Amino acid sequence: MTYFFWGATIVVVLSIVALLYRLVKGPNPSDRVVALDAIGVALICLVGLFSIVFDTSFFLEIILLLAILSFIGTIAFSKFIEKGDIITRDNSR
Amino acid sequence: MTILANILIVFFIVAGLVFIVVSAIGLFRLPDLYTRTHAASKSSTLGVMCILIGVFLHFWLIKDHFNPSILLGVLFLFITGPVGGHIMSRSSYIAGIKPWSGTVRDDLKDEIERMKKEQNIKE
Repeated sequence: MTYFFWGATIVVVLSIVALLYRLVKGPNPSDRVVALDAIGVALICLVGLFSIVFDTSFFLEIILLLAILSFIGTIAFSKFIEKGDIITRDNSR
Repeated sequence: MTILANILIVFFIVAGLVFIVVSAIGLFRLPDLYTRTHAASKSSTLGVMCILIGVFLHFWLIKDHFNPSILLGVLFLFITGPVGGHIMSRSSYIAGIKPWSGTVRDDLKDEIERMKKEQNIKE
């Protein structure tokens, strides 16, 4: 069973390498943000598989943390690409 | 009983790995930002959900340790993955990134022109 989990980890690492190609090459900034979002998702898988391989349950809190940070990063980048600033100033005051 | 649990865990993790690899190949090969967002948001979300369910079943059935934070992570990824893909592709369309040259019809173009015209009248 340990060999199976190591093999699964290696497959996820290879898919992260294939995503890094898109992160380097991607023609637009939006392509790079989409690739970073997918890399964050693959990193969550990697944390889950590592917590099985090393036989601890202390890493499992990192899963929620990475999910929340990846989502906030994607939203902030999309606001920046659409409007040019992330937090809009209120002009009515 | 352990063999049955192992079969279940291996099934979920292999399904998740297949979806993760398919999303990586999709980001590698597809020609356009929008098709790449389609690949990334759908299939990598399903892949990470399957792998996290496999991890949850491993800790529950083998180690006797019920960990609800993994289920909370699965629910959060199920909500936020497609929302992230949608808002990314919409903002990059508004910023002016053209679709692939083989695109047949473009319904969002008329809608965004109408929206810009209404905003110019209002201001």
